[in-house]
Amino acid sequence: MDINMTLVGQLIAFVVFVIFCMKYVWPPIIGAIEDRQATIADGLAASDRAAKDLELAQEKATAQLKEAKVQAASIVDAAKKHEAKIVEETAGKAQVEKERILAAGHAEIETERNRAKEELRAQVAVLAIAGAEKILERSIDAAAHSDILDKLVAEL
Amino acid sequence: MSSGAELTSQEYITHHLANLKVGDGFMAVHLDSLGWSIFMGLVFLTIFRSVAKKATSGVPGKLQCAIEMIVGFVDDSVKSTFHGKNDLIAPLALTIFVWILLMNSMDWVPVDLLPHLIHWVTGMPLGDIYMKPVPTADPNITFGLALGVFILIIYYSIKVKGVGGFMKELTTQPFGHWSLYPVNFILETVTMLARPLSLALRLFGNLYAGELIFLLIATIGVFQLPVHFLWAAFHLLVIPLQAFIFMMLTIVYLSLAHEDH
Repeated sequence: MDINMTLVGQLIAFVVFVIFCMKYVWPPIIGAIEDRQATIADGLAASDRAAKDLELAQEKATAQLKEAKVQAASIVDAAKKHEAKIVEETAGKAQVEKERILAAGHAEIETERNRAKEELRAQVAVLAIAGAEKILERSIDAAAHSDILDKLVAEL
Repeated sequence: MSSGAELTSQEYITHHLANLKVGDGFMAVHLDSLGWSIFMGLVFLTIFRSVAKKATSGVPGKLQCAIEMIVGFVDDSVKSTFHGKNDLIAPLALTIFVWILLMNSMDWVPVDLLPHLIHWVTGMPLGDIYMKPVPTADPNITFGLALGVFILIIYYSIKVKGVGGFMKELTTQPFGHWSLYPVNFILETVTMLARPLSLALRLFGNLYAGELIFLLIATIGVFQLPVHFLWAAFHLLVIPLQAFIFMMLTIVYLSLAHEDH
């Protein structure tokens, strides 16, 4: 083994290279690596957060949908009840109206009948007199026989 | 083994294991080891710096992805072992890992390629060309790295624990009795010195052995091609593994230096 100044030269080169590496090579490269690692970590965290947000939003949407369905059902129920009520009320009113109209009709018919009766009575009296005149071939004094006629009319 | 039929295998191997050297004795410098070492360091810093300049935290380019994989790997290794706050250790580990990986990978360059290229370009006779291109197969290089790590171990031990704390750590364990403190000191000093020594020798030994086997394979003639391929394929394991071990042990030693008992 032949130890000489080569060793000293190598030692000096070693020191110079290490100092150069420490000052100008290592920091930028490791800095770039660590920056990128931080960026990637942030990105992953953000994507995790986004996934969680999405899950939450989906849960929320599902809940809202369920609520909306319940609400819709209750609205439909209420509407049906209301409808039934309206139908019932309308039917009641119609019944009342029908009865009123019927009653009015009955009353009118009664009145009409009475009137027709009166008319008929009157006409029967006249007819009776005319018939009697024909039978008797003479005039009957209406005034004199009005009591008989009245009796007759009353009998009709 | 085309550097001349007149060479014996032993001469061929010895020639290939000799460094391109200027100066004598301790003042000598291995131009090939140190040159390739610095070249590989510059390759590492140039590529990584060009990525660092354009580094974006948005969508990275393909080169940035590749570099970030290495940086991320080193960062994970550091974070799993070292739990303190220190801005030096991670870049230090990155430099050690990539630089040693690149230096080790010179082992894949065929042993005769560079000498022949130089011969072809300059016309120098092959016998005069010395080129040992794997820097980590030179103990100077591995000990240089380990010495740097050792200095950091001592520096952080004293910085974190104080001189007194560091001396206390060296003397009061493993034996708790005061009369055994000198024994403790010897044991702990050996442990301390064994760390850079084992770091340097492990890397050097693995790569030197790898290089030596490549040279042996190069001497067996035509059949060297499949054998060479197998040995190179085996180095797919050895080269990154040795770089990783050096880096990991550096982190472990520095993390021990930060531990306060």
